[in-house]
Amino acid sequence: MAMAEKTTATVPVSQTAGMPRLHKIIFAVLLAVLLVLPFFVYPVFAMKVMCFALFAAAFNLLLGFGGLLSFGHAAYFGGASYVAAHAAKVWGLTPELSVLCGAAAAGVLGFAIGSLAIRRQGIYFAMVTLAFAQMVYFVALQAEFTGGEDGIQSVPRGDLFGVISLQNNIALYFFVLAVTFGGILFLYRIVHSPFGQVLKAIRENEPRAVSLGYDVNRYKIIVFTLSATMAGVAGATKSQVFQLASLTDVHWSMSGEVVLMTLLGGMGTIFGPLLGAGIIVTMQNYLATFGAWVTIIQGVIFVIGVLAFREGIIGVLSRWLKKPL
Amino acid sequence: MFELLGISPPVLMGQLLLGLINGSFYAVLSLGLAVIFGLLNIINFAHGALYMMGAFVAWMLLNYVGIGYWPALILAPIIVGAFGILLERTMLSRLYHLDHLYGLLLTFGLALIIQGLFRNYYGISGLPYQIPEVLSGGQNLGFMFLPNYRGWVVVASIIVCFGTWFMIEKTRLGAYLRAATENPVLVGAFGVNVPLMIMLTYGFGVALAGFAGVLAAPIYSVNPNMGADLIIVVFAVVVIGGMGSIMGAILTGYLLGIIEGLTRVFYPEGSAVVIFVIMAIVLMIKPEGLFGRPA
Amino acid sequence: MRKFAISAAALAAMMGTPVLAQDINVKLGVLNDRSGVYADLSGEGSAVATRMAVEDFGAAEKGMNVEVISADHQNKPDVGSNIAREWYDVDGVNAIIDVPTSSVALAVADITAEKNGVLLDSGAGSTVLTREQCQPTTVHWTYDTAALANGTGGAVTNAGGEKWFFLTADYAFGHSLEENTMEVVKQNGGEVVGSVRHPFPSQDFSSFLLQAQGSGADVIGLANAGGDTVNAIKQASEFGITQAGQKLAALLMFVTDVHSLGAETAQGLNLTEAFYWDQNDTTREWSARFEEQMGSKPTMVHAGAYSATMAYLEAVEAVGSAEDGRAVVAKMKEMDIDDPLFGKTKVRGDGRVIHDMYLFEVKAPGESEGEWDLYNQVSTISGDDAFLPMLDECDFTKK
Repeated sequence: MAMAEKTTATVPVSQTAGMPRLHKIIFAVLLAVLLVLPFFVYPVFAMKVMCFALFAAAFNLLLGFGGLLSFGHAAYFGGASYVAAHAAKVWGLTPELSVLCGAAAAGVLGFAIGSLAIRRQGIYFAMVTLAFAQMVYFVALQAEFTGGEDGIQSVPRGDLFGVISLQNNIALYFFVLAVTFGGILFLYRIVHSPFGQVLKAIRENEPRAVSLGYDVNRYKIIVFTLSATMAGVAGATKSQVFQLASLTDVHWSMSGEVVLMTLLGGMGTIFGPLLGAGIIVTMQNYLATFGAWVTIIQGVIFVIGVLAFREGIIGVLSRWLKKPL
Repeated sequence: MFELLGISPPVLMGQLLLGLINGSFYAVLSLGLAVIFGLLNIINFAHGALYMMGAFVAWMLLNYVGIGYWPALILAPIIVGAFGILLERTMLSRLYHLDHLYGLLLTFGLALIIQGLFRNYYGISGLPYQIPEVLSGGQNLGFMFLPNYRGWVVVASIIVCFGTWFMIEKTRLGAYLRAATENPVLVGAFGVNVPLMIMLTYGFGVALAGFAGVLAAPIYSVNPNMGADLIIVVFAVVVIGGMGSIMGAILTGYLLGIIEGLTRVFYPEGSAVVIFVIMAIVLMIKPEGLFGRPA
Repeated sequence: MRKFAISAAALAAMMGTPVLAQDINVKLGVLNDRSGVYADLSGEGSAVATRMAVEDFGAAEKGMNVEVISADHQNKPDVGSNIAREWYDVDGVNAIIDVPTSSVALAVADITAEKNGVLLDSGAGSTVLTREQCQPTTVHWTYDTAALANGTGGAVTNAGGEKWFFLTADYAFGHSLEENTMEVVKQNGGEVVGSVRHPFPSQDFSSFLLQAQGSGADVIGLANAGGDTVNAIKQASEFGITQAGQKLAALLMFVTDVHSLGAETAQGLNLTEAFYWDQNDTTREWSARFEEQMGSKPTMVHAGAYSATMAYLEAVEAVGSAEDGRAVVAKMKEMDIDDPLFGKTKVRGDGRVIHDMYLFEVKAPGESEGEWDLYNQVSTISGDDAFLPMLDECDFTKK
């Protein structure tokens, strides 16, 4: 797969185990900004951005580092949000357990679909993931517990670990911050682990990786499952923030959106998906008044992104700085 | 006569026929996609949007210029095809050296833009388009009432599909085309203008989408979302038939129309998803598609 | 800030001096679908209607400072709830208006109660809004699925359409519409001979229609909405189903849908609405003003947005402040409203607004004198018959 070749081939990601200083600084600044953000920006909006940032980062693990384009990631994102919402509302679980339930469900789903889908490559892979995602959508629309097109509404914002109330937006914000930031660091760790190196080797040249004795399919299944699980964490967290799970999250246009976020920010980069998610979510939020123009603008970004800007914003930045970002 | 799962043969016949009608649209659309994929290696995600455009162009011709259904059946595909050529020249042609997936992403963006624009200008309720006078009314076939227009849809799609197949598989032009798919450089060296051929092919594939749009206009309401969900289904049809296989796309189109039709009788709730189930199964068992060659 | 405003109002009330209207700031948010399937029947038109109400109420002359903003919820509950939260938390919106799509309306209703705002719902159809998930801050103005079922289901059955076959959109809204109507049909001595659930949305209905035809029903009830209904009707006419004597009953249809179908295809169709532009001089005059701004006649959802805003502003004026949503809604429930568009109107204890509903029949093309001259009124269904009785636990006036 040649998808992300350009970005990383020119600027190889550091092979050393430790985090490069630049990345440490960026993560530290990011964390510092996020810690004070809710006092300047509307917290619910900031939480939405963080959930999508984690979703895009999880997706990027698969596309940018695994070289696999899934066109059905909404299934894990949305599937997890349904399970987490159900867990919190019907089973009365605490938020952190609900999120875990959602993530576990997404992981199982990802493993099942992933093991079938990785048997095909390229465009076929994308189409198989899409087909399975459509089936998940169908289940979400039909099944009893999902509430059809009303979704699962009025999910309670429970007490964290059974003690800390998350009713308050700020309290919830820090819970979401911990989950998503932790998730993103975890993804970063995977990318820079020996496992991540093998992934990149497979992406760059699959036959060579095979000849080196790597069980390519096993790696692909693992990365697919990991990506699905983390997408599930994002979706499950989102359901706790908005107190609902709905069909939007499992619809195929959500799968398209996450591709857009990753593409815009820069696939195969560490910070690109986060930025891409931030931009798209902000745009959707502030352009909401313009109705159909939101779709048009998204389309235009897609077109420009593909034609002139394939490295994405962070990818371009990374090339200028001659440093991987 | 026997009864199948409580469905009497006349009803079954009726449903089979309806499936065939529905399949006619799938066939024309998936044929266009397959032609484009075969030569350009591009997944044309904008196909649904261009299908919608075909219907709208027919509507505009009628309401702004006063041109009726029959001329529109020729004109609208030409206009949509020309628009497609414009897209190909200005954008798609820059992506040929890249991974297929970029083509998919670009056309996905184009689909969003086209649909958004039409939605802004024409709203969402849909616009009426009358069935042409000659084809109004219908035939009583005994087991069902067949509207003349639906019959015409089947005939028109069969003519167009097999005409295209003949052109590609049996004529000299088609031979160039097929050769260019295999090895564009070599064909170019023989003095064939390959970029021109690619351009015209894309235009033709897109025109097929426009044609299907005009066919659909009198049956379905002409509205900006008419192609939005259809595109995924048609994709699945192409994948099942075998990407790039002309005959595969046509036959699978009709076949899946019929299968979907039967699902509507036996398990109506599942009719939206049956094609994807089949697609998943086919990809697992015979990944190159029912009619595709092994890669 | 909010506390201060309430106490200021309370203080003024205690001192027995009427609150000066100049003190009242009101911010209204029109939240609806501006790009999807409901954009034509709600969309910008509801914002226009709301602004007309602010103008007609004479807010400026009364010294009230009313601002109207609007946004697109894209029929997505998460987008809608995000906007609603932000409106209440950041923008200081006092009331949210319209909100079609039940899933979004339910989400917004919860948030509205939490933030003590007001939801003036015109576009959504779910009875759940004033029943299972009733809230003291919800006012459900225009219609609901039960009223539509009572109107169309009852009238058509009584007119001799006894055997029904349902064509139901396979999602919660379709199911509830189907269920409500089935009950009404049976209560009126009718019989349900079958039903088929079609995927939502669908393009092709021929197969389902053929099943309906084979069922021997007198009436095919269309428990779906928007483009699905339009397509189903179009294809029923194409397949000669209506010509062969079976009647179609559209359970949710708006004048914009009929307009899109054209009188040729839609003629003879029975449907229930709460408002039609050509009912009397007042509605005609109001609709003409609306048309000047929008280029099309108003739907009942637009009319509902207008009337709900009028009633709301009146209640705000009486209360003296828009800050306490519960108080304003409680006031609305005390008022006897003689609405210019809906006639005698009452906001019930559960937030359900009771007014007459009307059964219409679509005119034949020969009768129709203009592109919007579409309906003949068949009968009036009194509000008490049309809507479901109130659930005791939802009567907020008692609490």
